Parts: sequence; structure tokens; C-alpha cells
Amino acid sequence: MLRADRVSFGYRAAAPLVVDEVSLAIAPGELVGILGPNGSGKTTLLKMLGGTLTPSAGEIQFERRPLRDWSRRELARRIALVPQETHAPFDFTVLDIVLMGRFPHLGTFALEGPADLAIARQALASTGTSAFEARPFATLSGGEKQRVVIASALAQSPELLLLDEPTASLDLGHQLDVQLLLAALNRDRRVTMVLSTHDLNLAAALCRHLILLRDGRVIAQGPTEAVLTPETVRALYGVDADVHRHPIAGHLTVTPLARVR
Amino acid sequence: MPPIRTRLALTLTGFSALLAVALVAGPLIGSTHISLGRVFDRSIAFADNTDAQIFFVARLPRVLAAALVGASLAAAGVVFQALLRNPLATPDTLGVSSGAALGAMLAITFHVDFAVAGVASIPLASFAGSVGALGIVYALASARRRGLSTIVLLLAGVTMTAFFQALILFTQYLADFADTFRTVRWLMGTLDVGSFAPILAALPIVLVAFAMLATLPRSLDLISLGADAAAARGVNVLAAERLALAGASLATGAAVSLAGPVGFIGLVVPHLVRLVVGSDHRLVLPASALFGAAFLIACDAVARTVWSSGELPVGIVTALIGGPFFLWLLVRK
Repeated sequence: MLRADRVSFGYRAAAPLVVDEVSLAIAPGELVGILGPNGSGKTTLLKMLGGTLTPSAGEIQFERRPLRDWSRRELARRIALVPQETHAPFDFTVLDIVLMGRFPHLGTFALEGPADLAIARQALASTGTSAFEARPFATLSGGEKQRVVIASALAQSPELLLLDEPTASLDLGHQLDVQLLLAALNRDRRVTMVLSTHDLNLAAALCRHLILLRDGRVIAQGPTEAVLTPETVRALYGVDADVHRHPIAGHLTVTPLARVR
Repeated sequence: MPPIRTRLALTLTGFSALLAVALVAGPLIGSTHISLGRVFDRSIAFADNTDAQIFFVARLPRVLAAALVGASLAAAGVVFQALLRNPLATPDTLGVSSGAALGAMLAITFHVDFAVAGVASIPLASFAGSVGALGIVYALASARRRGLSTIVLLLAGVTMTAFFQALILFTQYLADFADTFRTVRWLMGTLDVGSFAPILAALPIVLVAFAMLATLPRSLDLISLGADAAAARGVNVLAAERLALAGASLATGAAVSLAGPVGFIGLVVPHLVRLVVGSDHRLVLPASALFGAAFLIACDAVARTVWSSGELPVGIVTALIGGPFFLWLLVRK
């Protein structure tokens, strides 16, 4: 469904590339994690995949059509992106924020009708945020905000959902909420997902495929079980780690043991 | 909460009614008492009907100027606040207003005196100043990267405002006593336009600006959440930002060239409107334009009547209301 072919990006001509010749393919229904340390180019790559940032070299295709041939509005009906943090300078309510997800489906002067409201309410329900639809967005906790922004992305009725470090600033409870929510959306609503994270255990628990990124380059990609090894963890983070299957959770877990330089 | 359709209809009806009341009540208020019945009494010839003359000739141009300026500045304030993602932004923030003031100062001080299609040189120079200021700020904000940098826009605007203020003082230093008095008076902001001609000259610019802004409210909702978030929801961010900047600056330039820098309307009005209609720009933008018009008519009515020995410049009244209001907003956050 989404294919990137030797995609690069640099913010300035002379500066080192932030993303350096990355190739990848995302099949429908997949749940893919992009893993890498801070500054490895995850966010830049995700923005390019969503079409909000144009690569300086290489090409990305969605449904076999280059992203540059899609209009912004057309693309936003198919691909939604959840940014790392959303800050609202005005007092929008939660429902206001979620209804904004309908933007690409409406004409310039069209107002949301009952059908749009129903879609927004369903998005609220499937993210467990119905209870606070009338509350001001700014008064929510970090985890609640993140779920509301995911609801807003779902209101776009996308086939592909891109998430930039969806659990980065959340406490353990909210991390688990978001993790279970994403797993359920992928399973029940068949939303294809690509998420960036530096949380190895989240990626191991949630993602069936991983793409490991360091200094803008892919150092490994493939099924989680094959890619997540002590060697790749050391290459990514400079940390000696124990990687083993958790006896109860059933997925791989990573325990850092020592720093290597 | 009722659906957006209902809220929009209620908002437009309510604020239009308020403006209609202001438009009729505005010209009735003043140092000389006139009666509405006599103003519209068709049995008296216009030449003999002093009430009608005061209503239509002396006061109506001023009231209509207030409406046009108030609507322009309030709408521009809404747009700049969304564009800069900062609820405390005003039409002055980007230097458009100070650029317009500098243009007027230069025309007054150096006695640039001509007219194009009935429009005098001072408003023309002032409008040119606003366009020039926008050009400089825009070039700075788009120079360093793809897309507009909001933070550069904001900092460049604040710096340009300070720089223009210095040039204004420099111009005043060069001016003789009489010209300095005229420039100071102009800087106070006044709606004493004298006739309908200046209003008719500014009207087309304001209408073009409003037509540009009319396509934008939903994009502004999304842009206020961040450029990347807006782009991901399908907004063509750069095109929307350019249109918003051009529309809001045109409206500001037209308003300042008509009345001088009337401060705080672009800050006070949108905030009062948001208290009533919420934050959805599809409601806030039209409601602010309508309420801005009514609000400035009211401020001008105060300016015309509060001082027994004459009329205050309306800019002094709006600043006296707006300053404390701004501080209240800061503390409330």
C-alpha cells in the first residue's frame, strides 16, 4: 500500500542527511514500528510517509501512485498522522478537535452534518474518550489528549495511520492504554499502522514488523522476532542488553545491562 | 451542544441584529439631541430638516467608518491570532499597522500632496506603508526554509514595529511644529472622515480582504493546532497561510489608512466573541467582524460625548479600554 524507494531528506543542502536512502514497503493490515534513538530521523521519515514533507531525493508511492501526484485533501482521506504532541492555543472542546478530522471530507464552505457527527462519536467511542467530549481539550491529561488526537485521526476514516512516538510522554498506565487501543484498532478496524518509538518494549509488544533507524539509515528491517536482537540493540543505542521472550506476556522484552562506547 | 449549522445561524442572526442596532443608534447619539422620528420624517424637506442633516451628513459617515474599521481590525485580529498560534496577537503584531503609520507620517511631514481617483495622499501613503511592512516581514519569514516560520514572522513583526516607531520619531523630529501636531493627532486614531468618499475608497479593499478570509475559517482551526497537524488533516498550509496573511494585512492597511492606528480592537473583540460563541473560527471570524463594527461604533459614541468641550480621538478610548483588558487576559491565563 505504501512504498518508499531510496528516500532521503536534508534540511539544508550542505548539512548531513536526516534521512538517508531509506527504502521500505508497508502492506495492508500491518503494524510496523520505526525504532531508533533520538535524532535518528524517525519523525522526518514519518512526515515524508504522510506526504506533509517532500523528500529531497527518492520517491514514495501510495497505492502505486507517487505522493506528489496526490492533493493534500485527497491524501488526508486515506492517511492520517498523529503528531507527538498537540497543543491547542484556543479553548476547543474534545468534540471540536475530533470533528476537525472530517476536514478532508468536506468542501470549503460545507459544515459537518449528522453523518460526520456519527463518525466523530464512533471515533470517540473506539478510543474510550466519549465521556469527555464536551470538556475543553486543554484541560485533559497527556494520555487523554493523545487518545483524543488518535480519535481525531480516526475521524478522517484513514486506511493508514501514522503515529509519531504515541507514548513518549505518558506514564505507565496511559502507555498501556494507548498500546492496547492501537492493537485493538489494528485488529478490529483493520487500520494499517506505522508508529515511531524509542521504546523497545512497546515496539516488541505491539509491532509485527520493525524498521531500525540510526543516523537516518536503515540498519535492519523485518519481522520483530528476527530483527530485535542483542546485536541490533547494541548497534542502535550503544547498550548491551538481554533480549528474551517474556514468560507471561509472550513477546520479546529488552533489559539494558551495560553501556558500551 | 447544538450542531454547527444551528450555532452558525444563531451567531450570524444575533451579531447582525446587534450591528443593526448600533448603526441606527450611533448617529442618534451626540452633543446635539436629534429624534429618529424627525430624521425619517418625509414631510420635511431635507434642506430644512436639521435632524436629518446631522444624522446623514455629520454623523453617518463617521459611524460607517467606525463599522468598516472595527470589522476590519477585529477580523484581522482573529486571523493573526490563529496564524501565529498566539491568542495575544493583534493586527499591530506584524508591523503592518506601524508601517501604515510611517507612510502617513512621511506624507504629512514632507507635504506629499496629491490625489488618485479622489483618494488623498495620506491614506494612500499609509496603505503603501502597510503593504511595504508586510512585504519585508513576509520575505524574512519565508527566507530561511520551506514554508513560513511562525516564530520568525512574530519576531520580525515585533522588531519591525519597534524600527518603524523609531523612524516615526525621527520623521517627527524633522517636522516643524504644525506638522508634528498633525502627525500626533493622526497617530491618536480618529474616525472624523468628513465625508463618504474615504469610506468608499477603503470599502473595495476591505471587501476583497474579507472574500479572501471567508474561505479560511476551518483551515485556521487546524493551523492553530500546528502546521504539521493541519497538513496531515488535508490543509494546504502554505497557501492558507499566505491567503490569511494577505487578507488580514489588506484589511488592517485599509483600516489604518482610513482612521489611523486604532488600537486594541483586534485583541478585545475576538476574545469577547470567543466567550460567547466558543473557539470555532467559522463562528469567531464572522461574529468578530460584526461585533467589531458594533463595538467601535459604541466606542466612538463614547468618544464623541464623554468630553463636554469636544470630541476625543476614538483611539484614546479604545486604548483606555483595551490596555487593562489585555492585562486581565494575561493574568487570567
